[in-house]
Amino acid sequence: MNISNQEYSELAKRISPPSAMYKTIPMAFVIGGGICVIGEALMNLYQYMGVGIDQAGMWTSMTLIFLSALLTGLKLYDRIAQHAGAGTLVPITGFANSVVSPALDFKSEGFVLGLGAKMFVIAGPVIVYGISASIIYGIIYYISTLF
Amino acid sequence: MLMEYVWAFLIGGLLCAIGQVMIDLTRLTPARILTSYVVAGVILGGLGWYQPIVDLAGGGATVPLTGFGNLLAKGVREAVDQNGILGAFMGGFTNAAVGLAAAVFFGLLAALIFKSGSKINET
Repeated sequence: MNISNQEYSELAKRISPPSAMYKTIPMAFVIGGGICVIGEALMNLYQYMGVGIDQAGMWTSMTLIFLSALLTGLKLYDRIAQHAGAGTLVPITGFANSVVSPALDFKSEGFVLGLGAKMFVIAGPVIVYGISASIIYGIIYYISTLF
Repeated sequence: MLMEYVWAFLIGGLLCAIGQVMIDLTRLTPARILTSYVVAGVILGGLGWYQPIVDLAGGGATVPLTGFGNLLAKGVREAVDQNGILGAFMGGFTNAAVGLAAAVFFGLLAALIFKSGSKINET
């Protein structure tokens, strides 16, 4: 069969089952919202324990990342993610999952170029563009303070 | 007290639902979603539009990756105030430090402790 790339992607689109958005979007909303509520509760807990607001935010991030790494290691996070879609991707736990998951999967290819390198397969671009955007903002902000 | 959690749920849920719409309609890969969320957070934070959402929704705005972007912008702004132009190259990593270090370190620990083979067919 001789078909162009465009024809192929149209064909694939028609054949692959339409993702049921009436199901995926509420699931993402509820699970994502739930993770944020856990974050809010942790935030309050740390502040209750007497930690300042900025540090409470950092402790909260660290706790969520730890829990995500643990659940990813236990293969539970990816199971939840199958139903939650963006609900488990967009929160910081999804970022942590994107670090742990390839590290675990590529361990068999070695500790340096497998685990160590593949860890950043998704986190790498996030850092590259996030930090670069912040530097551009910093330069603009610096210029704006001169006047 | 209760409203704080309601807002965290609603705003956090909304940010995730937007991501799901992007996945369903455009088939963006997870890497692109995460990257665009962080960059969007830097831009919104830089414009000063994200902080009001944080004040309203707390964890609902700081837990999603846009909150991470906002944190980068905030760090850069504070560092520029203190160190001038050099701060533009400092503040981002300063504020991202705990999150990045935690993800790398716990990621390494998890990869060492747990067995790989999330793909069931592999074994």
